[in-house]
Amino acid sequence: MTIAPGPEQTQTDLVTVVVDDISVRVPKGTLVIRVAEQMGVEIPRFCDHPLLDAVAACRMCLIEIDGNPKPQPACAITVTDGMKVKTQRTSPVAEKAQEGVMEFLLLNHPLDCPICDKGGECPLQNQAMTAGRGESRFEGKKRTFPKPINISAQILLDRERCVSCARCTRFADQIAGDPMLELLERGAQQQVGVADDAPFDSYFSGNTIQICPVGALTSSLYRFRSRPFDLVSTPTTCEHCASGCSLRTDVRRGEITRRLAWDDPEVNEEWNCDKGRFAFKYTHDGRVKTPLIREDGELRPASWPEALDAAARGLAAAGDRVGVLTGGRLTREDAYSYAKFARIVLGTDDIDFRSRPASDEEAQFLAAAVAGRLLGPTYADLDAADNVVMVGLEPEDESPIIMLRLRRAARKAGTRVWGVSPVNTRGLAKVDGTWVPCRAGDEAALLRSALQSGDSPADGSAEAAAVQITRALSTPGAVLLIGERLASVPGALSAAWALAERTGARVGWVPRRAGERGALDAGALAGLLPGGRPLTDPTARAEVARVWGVEPDQLPRYAGRAGSGAIVESASALVLAGIEPDDDPDRSAILAALGSETFVVSIETHHSAVTELADVILPVAVDAERAGSYTDWEGRVRPFGAAITGVSTVTDSRVLAMLADTMDRSIGRGDIGELRSELAALGNWTGSRAAAPDAIPETRVSDGLRLASWRLLLDLGRLQDGEPHLAATARATEALMSPATAAAYGLTDGALVTVTAVGTGSRPRGSVCVALRLDDVAHDTVWLPMNSPGCSVLVDLQSVPGESVLISLEASA
Amino acid sequence: MPELPPSVRGFGVTFKTIFKRVVTEQYPEQADRFPPKPRFHGRHQLNRWADGLEKCIGCELCAWACPADAILVEGANNEDGDRHSPGERYGRVYQINYLRCIFCGLCIEACPTRALTMTNEFELADDNRVDLIFTKEDLLAPLLPGMVAPPHDMVADFDEKDYYAGKVIGATPEQQRSAIDDRVAKEGS
Ligand code: SF4
Ligand code: SF4
Ligand code: SF4
Ligand code: SF4
Ligand code: FES
Repeated sequence: MTIAPGPEQTQTDLVTVVVDDISVRVPKGTLVIRVAEQMGVEIPRFCDHPLLDAVAACRMCLIEIDGNPKPQPACAITVTDGMKVKTQRTSPVAEKAQEGVMEFLLLNHPLDCPICDKGGECPLQNQAMTAGRGESRFEGKKRTFPKPINISAQILLDRERCVSCARCTRFADQIAGDPMLELLERGAQQQVGVADDAPFDSYFSGNTIQICPVGALTSSLYRFRSRPFDLVSTPTTCEHCASGCSLRTDVRRGEITRRLAWDDPEVNEEWNCDKGRFAFKYTHDGRVKTPLIREDGELRPASWPEALDAAARGLAAAGDRVGVLTGGRLTREDAYSYAKFARIVLGTDDIDFRSRPASDEEAQFLAAAVAGRLLGPTYADLDAADNVVMVGLEPEDESPIIMLRLRRAARKAGTRVWGVSPVNTRGLAKVDGTWVPCRAGDEAALLRSALQSGDSPADGSAEAAAVQITRALSTPGAVLLIGERLASVPGALSAAWALAERTGARVGWVPRRAGERGALDAGALAGLLPGGRPLTDPTARAEVARVWGVEPDQLPRYAGRAGSGAIVESASALVLAGIEPDDDPDRSAILAALGSETFVVSIETHHSAVTELADVILPVAVDAERAGSYTDWEGRVRPFGAAITGVSTVTDSRVLAMLADTMDRSIGRGDIGELRSELAALGNWTGSRAAAPDAIPETRVSDGLRLASWRLLLDLGRLQDGEPHLAATARATEALMSPATAAAYGLTDGALVTVTAVGTGSRPRGSVCVALRLDDVAHDTVWLPMNSPGCSVLVDLQSVPGESVLISLEASA
Repeated sequence: MPELPPSVRGFGVTFKTIFKRVVTEQYPEQADRFPPKPRFHGRHQLNRWADGLEKCIGCELCAWACPADAILVEGANNEDGDRHSPGERYGRVYQINYLRCIFCGLCIEACPTRALTMTNEFELADDNRVDLIFTKEDLLAPLLPGMVAPPHDMVADFDEKDYYAGKVIGATPEQQRSAIDDRVAKEGS
């Protein structure tokens, strides 16, 4: 288990304690149970958890301490100098006390191990064997509860199995900040419960299943699916966001049965979010199984050589007018293969991994400030910082581990968090953050005025906020976290970078998708070679050409186009990998290209809007079937192994290598070892970089109501397909507005409203109809979820955040 | 008396044996004259409750106990209208691989519900591997009079504890009807 790094210990803080007649010197303030652990003495326990505050609720860890008349709980007592402790190993008193507690815990325990999911990995089973009596002396009738009850759509609670250890309630309260679980009633009737109208719809609810020391909490997804001995476990990395969680994937006979958070003290500690834990059904359903070729408008299955041949011919016919869009979900190795394939096989630099609102300013910012940089700022830097300012980022939805770590930093290390956001969110409250209201699209102006601010603000104005931010960022270790959303605000990234330079704060760029940082570092962006090397720099070209085994002048001479719109429009052939047109503001351009003469090769795992229209489709492996790595937002490489083995699917890299061979070029074999050693050989660029962008914020005239939006953690994302229990715990689709703005538009809480996008020339583009909730929202702003059931901003509304919208009361309401 | 030569002495054994009782069993000609002992470890059987519901709860304890890794079980939830055993859980997949089984009976000892027992049947030879993997259909005990094939509801107003307490003595008319309804619903869909 993780031991949270405590306050700095100096050698002078050591005290001497005697445990089981062995004298040891340990830091003052250590818990007795930890001292014993480090000595190799295991004291049985249920409620103790190193990442939760001690409560001594279960009494299983009773030990004898000299001078104390009664046995004491080892998990709640810290050592003092000269303390003499006797555990169950040397003290009959402790042993008897533990046996007594175990017998007591088992009085009302149903012992339904045969139908309990925890059976086989259950601390209660194990400790009943090591610290319990063989036979029960209880002859009464056990207390029973109707079982199980749903405390959320995903989480089931068997109350009779609960040992009232309060791990789940403490997790919900202390770690997740969702205090929806409570211990109710007293005595034998004590039970965990939720309020009738507030199910445990926490984004982190799955963690309680993992830390429950008995089988009281189970998931709808895993219930009765298997036993620990059936499972083959592989350490993996979560593919859902850029937090980079370590996971353990358990596979039974070629199918994933569950995923657990794995221990990585530097990243996710022992936690993860429910998306990472429960959204894995997509790996099995809707897959492309064989290569497909379009003939006379119809797709037909083809052999690999035939399909590769067709793809090679189509790409060759397009010459260097080929564009490559890789989406943000590829592994680092695959993104690298696309970068290499585009440059030396297709001879193009028109490549981009950003399948979302993006801008040239962003590309410039990434090249200057992010690509190929060393690790950091890190999660630990968030702990160490006095101030963390977030702009265009809602970590609870977009990178949940950042939220958990900030919450811990705020609670334990006194880090102060500032959220520059259109909405004062629940997530911001959890990190005890200060809300700096800012309409979507005004971030650039705010950062710019922070940059120009003096030290004496006129109180209460936007100026005051700007000064606060500048001051916060000027404190030691301050971190500025910027979300990918800022790409659609002209001037925001320029201002953020300049502000960081001025204040000395470190900048963390937090993309949403797991593969974006890796793709950037691997060179899957126009103008950038691997390691952040500028394409136009002769030294950089020479370095890359050497590793790739080509002459430098075989690389494209000029930086290509970035942005899916520009790439799609100018290309006569496209290679698309993991692209969902509906994620892209240039969606209509992509769909038009797919429907036109443009030759499209789709390298895909699943059937999608792209595969429906592409000319050649080459199937590839999902993450679970292959080894690879992602780079999290910190820049930390997170490798993973293949959880499902023995399948015949191939990786994107392997497909590209075969395609290159078919086109009489070579990019290598495309196997993971080769790719990793090439990436290691390339390393990061150390030469000079392109200048940071210096875009000027748009001056926006007063423009009525503005749209704010981001993707909720649980939404219509394709990787959450096939998991209805998880979807049922998602947040409701609703519009948010401040009471004052709503009143100005004559709207009330709960009203059904229609939000309409204003196109150019005031032609409405699209609209959505959702319920309105009044909340802390910036003035003249309406917030909508980006891609939730019944409300897709890019598709239904055909708008992007920051644009003006109209709102009206839905007629039928 | 002079010693007989060893080669002749050896025939003494032969001679004595002529008068002993014959232990050779004429199998298969006279198979039914020599039934196996009642506790002989033969092919397994998955038992039923008196109303026909399965006793197996899909706990996999038998699979866990098996030293030969011969058993595969996958549990599942009993749903309304699709009930196979009393209580929440039943064995959706159940297989025993007789190419592996060593008939040790440890699985029987492990079974918490007496769902798994062994019969005396030992004629388990075949000419291919697949047929020696017995599935749930092969292993389930035959339906005796008074039993109805699942899926069907539990006896009305009873829960699984009543089953374990032995209160169920046969399928009730309601259960008979519900079984028919379930089947009609299934075939109709
Ligand atoms: S919680 Fe543990 S001891 Fe209790 S029924 Fe489940 S496996 Fe058995
Ligand atoms: S449900 Fe589990 S974690 Fe929660 S109090 Fe009960 S035993 Fe502890
Ligand atoms: S009899 Fe023994 S070997 Fe055969 S299935 Fe049972 S436990 Fe396994
Ligand atoms: S046969 Fe018995 S031990 Fe095996 S799964 Fe069924 S109930 Fe469990
Ligand atoms: S582990 Fe110490 S009281 Fe629970």
